[in-house]
Amino acid sequence: MEQELIHLKINNIPVTAKKGTKIIEAAKSIGIDIPHLCYHPDQRVKARCRLCSVQVTGKRKLLASCSTEVWEGMEVFTDTQIVRDTQVGILQLIMADHDGDCLTCSKNGHCELQSLCTRFNILKSNLPDVSMHREAVNTNPSLVRNPSKCIKCGRCIRACKDVQGIEALTFANRSDKIIVTTPYNLSMEKTDCTLCGQCSLVCPTGAIVEKDDTQAVLDALQDPEKHVIVQTAPSIRVSIGDAFGLKPGEIKTGQMVTALKMMGFNKVFDTNFGADLTIMEEGAELMDRLKNGGVLPMFTSCSPGWINFIEKHYPELLPHLSSAKSPMSMFGAIAKTYYAKATGIPLDRIFTVSIMPCTAKKFEAARPEMGRDGHQDVDVVLTTRELTKLIKYVGLNFNNLPESEFDSPLGTGSGAGAIFGASGGVMEAALRTVYEKMTGHEAQPLDFTDVRGLADTKEATIDIGGTPIKVAVVNTLLSARKMMERVKSGECDYTFIEVMACPGGCIGGGGQPIGTTNAVRRERIKAIYEIDKDLPIRKSHENPDIIKLYKDFLGEPLGEKAHQLLHTHYHRVHKLYEFD
Amino acid sequence: MTQEVRFITKNFGKYDPMSIDSYLSIGGFEALKRAVEMDGEDIASVIADAKVKGRGGAAYDMGRKWSQARAVKGDHKLNICNADEGEPCTFKDRELIKNDPFNLIEGMIIGGYTVKAQDGYIYMREEYRHLRPLLLNAIKQCEERGFLGHNILGKGFDYHIHLYSGAGAYVCGEGTALIRSIEGKAGRPRMKPPFIKVSGAFALPTCVNNVESFSIVPHLLMDDEHEYTSYGSGESIGTKLVSVAGNVRNPGVFEVPFGTPVRDIIYDLAKGINGGYGLRLIQFGGASGKITDKRILDVPYTYDDLKAAGVTVGSGAILVIDERTSVLDFLRMTQDFFSHESCGQCTPCREGNRHAKIILKKIADGVATEDDIKTLKKIGSIMTLASLCGLGETAQCATLSAMEIFPETFAVGGAK
Amino acid sequence: MTAEKAQAYPIGPELAQKIDHVLDAHDHDATQIVGVLLDVQDLIAEQYVPESVAFYVAQKLPIKVSIIYDCLTFYAALSDKPRAKFPIQICRSVVCKVNDSDSLLERLEKILNIGVGDVTYDGRFTIEEVPCFGACDIAPAVRINGKVYGHLNTDESVKELLAQFI
Ligand SMILES: Cc1cc2nc3c(=O)[nH]c(=O)nc-3n(C[C@H](O)[C@H](O)[C@H](O)COP(=O)(O)O)c2cc1C
Ligand code: SF4
Ligand code: SF4
Ligand code: SF4
Ligand code: SF4
Ligand code: FES
Ligand code: FES
Repeated sequence: MEQELIHLKINNIPVTAKKGTKIIEAAKSIGIDIPHLCYHPDQRVKARCRLCSVQVTGKRKLLASCSTEVWEGMEVFTDTQIVRDTQVGILQLIMADHDGDCLTCSKNGHCELQSLCTRFNILKSNLPDVSMHREAVNTNPSLVRNPSKCIKCGRCIRACKDVQGIEALTFANRSDKIIVTTPYNLSMEKTDCTLCGQCSLVCPTGAIVEKDDTQAVLDALQDPEKHVIVQTAPSIRVSIGDAFGLKPGEIKTGQMVTALKMMGFNKVFDTNFGADLTIMEEGAELMDRLKNGGVLPMFTSCSPGWINFIEKHYPELLPHLSSAKSPMSMFGAIAKTYYAKATGIPLDRIFTVSIMPCTAKKFEAARPEMGRDGHQDVDVVLTTRELTKLIKYVGLNFNNLPESEFDSPLGTGSGAGAIFGASGGVMEAALRTVYEKMTGHEAQPLDFTDVRGLADTKEATIDIGGTPIKVAVVNTLLSARKMMERVKSGECDYTFIEVMACPGGCIGGGGQPIGTTNAVRRERIKAIYEIDKDLPIRKSHENPDIIKLYKDFLGEPLGEKAHQLLHTHYHRVHKLYEFD
Repeated sequence: MTQEVRFITKNFGKYDPMSIDSYLSIGGFEALKRAVEMDGEDIASVIADAKVKGRGGAAYDMGRKWSQARAVKGDHKLNICNADEGEPCTFKDRELIKNDPFNLIEGMIIGGYTVKAQDGYIYMREEYRHLRPLLLNAIKQCEERGFLGHNILGKGFDYHIHLYSGAGAYVCGEGTALIRSIEGKAGRPRMKPPFIKVSGAFALPTCVNNVESFSIVPHLLMDDEHEYTSYGSGESIGTKLVSVAGNVRNPGVFEVPFGTPVRDIIYDLAKGINGGYGLRLIQFGGASGKITDKRILDVPYTYDDLKAAGVTVGSGAILVIDERTSVLDFLRMTQDFFSHESCGQCTPCREGNRHAKIILKKIADGVATEDDIKTLKKIGSIMTLASLCGLGETAQCATLSAMEIFPETFAVGGAK
Repeated sequence: MTAEKAQAYPIGPELAQKIDHVLDAHDHDATQIVGVLLDVQDLIAEQYVPESVAFYVAQKLPIKVSIIYDCLTFYAALSDKPRAKFPIQICRSVVCKVNDSDSLLERLEKILNIGVGDVTYDGRFTIEEVPCFGACDIAPAVRINGKVYGHLNTDESVKELLAQFI
């Protein structure tokens, strides 16, 4: 269908836009950035900061450009005296209610509020300081809330509700007492929150941020006693570039490895290796369930936001969950056993760091079951955002670093491991292996494109040696909830379901660089599949380091050793109140 | 001496508001019987021809609203009676519900028929909880007699009324906030579009009217003598309920013909100022209205004349303040109201009210500077121009108008 | 209820049944949450909705507890904190103010020996300041559990009023 076109003028410049376009987007198309705070390109219109107010001929009031659709013949002015006075005035009103100590704020340098103050040259407002100067709330391993940095834009609430369907966050009170909080101000982990971090990803200020663990890593790196090794998740290499001003979706594997080495990590390994290991175990488990009449559909278990979700919200479906640990935790377990043994380094000297796209991974690493003999398998998890900070701290010119390779023996990953970073990747990787193991020959084609992409629910049917196997892939917890309801009602006949908590999978995770929008996610997904395409080995079971690991150390998938180290169990997490 | 008229309040005291039989005995539901013989468009025309403007405050052409609402397509449509009446010094809707609940219901049914709605909602402020039994009884009796429910008057028209309660939030009188409250949420307004008439409560086409607006309709349809249009002139035809209070001897609700001089309303009907004090100021239309002084007394009470004099009819409130209260004290009381009632979601209103309050206090304390007065004015302008809803837009009306009428209040260096 | 919440407001079978009645009366319709909460609040002696009760309503309706909390803190007629058996709501808006609601407030404070927001020793009264409730024609006015009392300009009228609740 032909889209109706609208003709308007912005600052006397003729603009043509599709019907339904908002003024703010039309202005962007001709290179005008109308200031905004509550507007987010992936979210419903909120129109409450009013910073984007502009003048429209014939209108008594100013109009919010984020909520007003263009109309034929509209005349917009974004830069008159009245518009400037209003926008700057609003920004001053916001700053008077803001604990503006940027120097100690974790958002310093990538804060939308800060850049607006820079843009409008707001040095000090003449309004009295009315901010509340509350202490940061720091009660869980993943996220920190700073109420006195909150500008009440409501983006976090929308992300939690519309993307995740959780509604752990809400407005409370009214007038100047309004705050964004949890019900009864409970700490986040006591609510329905899954620590996915999507709220922190959209927050334009420092009001919800990842818990910063960079100091622990800096300390370890300076400690001569410590042998510090690092693993990097599949999605980091395609997202870290954004944080250094590169265009979204650039593949920066080599520079990332160099940076980590220059920082002083003793070994730089690849979580893709852990991902291949996950496929070996999870694939074997799926075949076992198929053969022996186990609980189906089986659910993947690599996304910690998803694990927190099912443990809290659908404990009755836990038997569907694969017992395989996530790639990160498998990697950690191998590092603290096989690698420790192979290198002869005592356990208390090995310090393992993971670079993850995810705030919930911090919680996963701290689970008591993820370790043994008093040692956690992963000592510290850093998000992509924290890694960026470390690189800046050390003073590296990231974009111009030479490329280098991951270390051995835990540094080789297949294409199957690489695509774990995107929604559908675990499914595709598993299918590549399971298909071959069950039929004895390689799947043709090797690409299962039906399960790729940003759509929140995808499905495919694969004929495996005459048996049609129906699979589904969901991302976001809102779609996970819908899928769980379908599973509960018994109305779906899937064999295997992949669930990722965040939109688009890990490339869209809650720990990714600020500015991760759906448009950016799409570029990263492309990059992930490019990496896969260019790799010589594209199936987990063909990864030579994996083959060697089973031969030298683990034995068989689902074997006793594998079971001890690579599998876990999940349990119901009781809600604060449960009534019968 | 000006007398009240009885057109909208015709039924007051004439029947037992708990009894449908009593209502029927004075000609109740005759208007509905007429209405269902008419085309909805013609009903809208009757209202438009009488130039009735909505009585909730915005004074939108009511016949036009109904005709537009009627034209909106939809299998399921709603109308809503706004009985939130939260504007301070406004209590006319209370009197209409208390004295004539059946007439209100009849007006809503006619409205439902006109705009083709299947469901009607009455959203009444919690503060009028004591009136709930009256309305619940009226709804129940109408259902029993077939004036509500399925196939009303055998005309194949279905219409139900649901009574919803507010819970103490002035902003819920604003249409979108009211709708959110009915939907079971905190009543924070949302931006328009989408407009309520297209996507209102539960995203269904919705037509919202004030209690007084609905209450006019049955009388208008039965007005064969053209009494209503004999009152007033120009754009201000008919009668209006005004709530007069403050420092007057006889506060209350009065039905006056448009065109009655303000002086007559205050000095004849409300019997003038208590204790013989001098007049300080008058506020029209509730806390969100502008203020003026005695220069308004000889202005006829019409939409146009008040507008020319710098004030508005608004909710129909007329607040009279005598010389014992200073303009500044008055403004601070009004400011306290808005500082309490802002929903807090948009920056201009949330933060603007906060700082306006601080500056007014500084003026009172005698420590305000010229910069403060400039800031106050600027805040007023930002709130008026950029607030999300009408609350923030009008919250500084009183202060901004005071700057014109009582500039001495803002003369820096001392408060009046 | 889980053990860690031992000191939470107890929901005995009697209260649970009453709340269930309220939910039934509202057809378990989540859009009626405001009405539900007003009714539930009336069931609690201290005229508020305790945390445990909010979670109970949330589970049984069902509705997200965050919506309940938002409503409780948004609407002035609802409270998430204990009040009193008879909260005396004194209008502090302009009409009552210019009709000397200041003196009325002073009288109430003196007679009850509490300030605004405090609760009397027996949990019976508290004083709350509220905006105009549409009783301007009988200013100065108060509201107690939904009922309006006006023309309270004298010591006698205030004492007479309070006597009804003792
Ligand atoms: C903050 C605010 C409060 C309002 N309160 C009321 C109210 O209590 N009653 C009312 O009828 N209209 C109120 N209105 C006006 C309504 O938004 C709406 O215009 C009216 O109900 C439409 O009915 P009418 O056309 O019959 O006047 C309020 C508007 C605003 C902005
Ligand atoms: S949130 Fe932004 S503006 Fe506020 S202190 Fe932090 S960096 Fe500065
Ligand atoms: S971490 Fe995720 S679930 Fe928790 S509040 Fe944020 S968006 Fe909601
Ligand atoms: S926490 Fe952040 S995203 Fe949420 S309302 Fe506050 S500033 Fe906006
Ligand atoms: S103008 Fe005031 S009441 Fe209206 S939406 Fe904004 S904050 Fe809320
Ligand atoms: S960006 Fe438009 S109102 Fe916030
Ligand atoms: S001002 Fe007190 S009831 Fe209206």
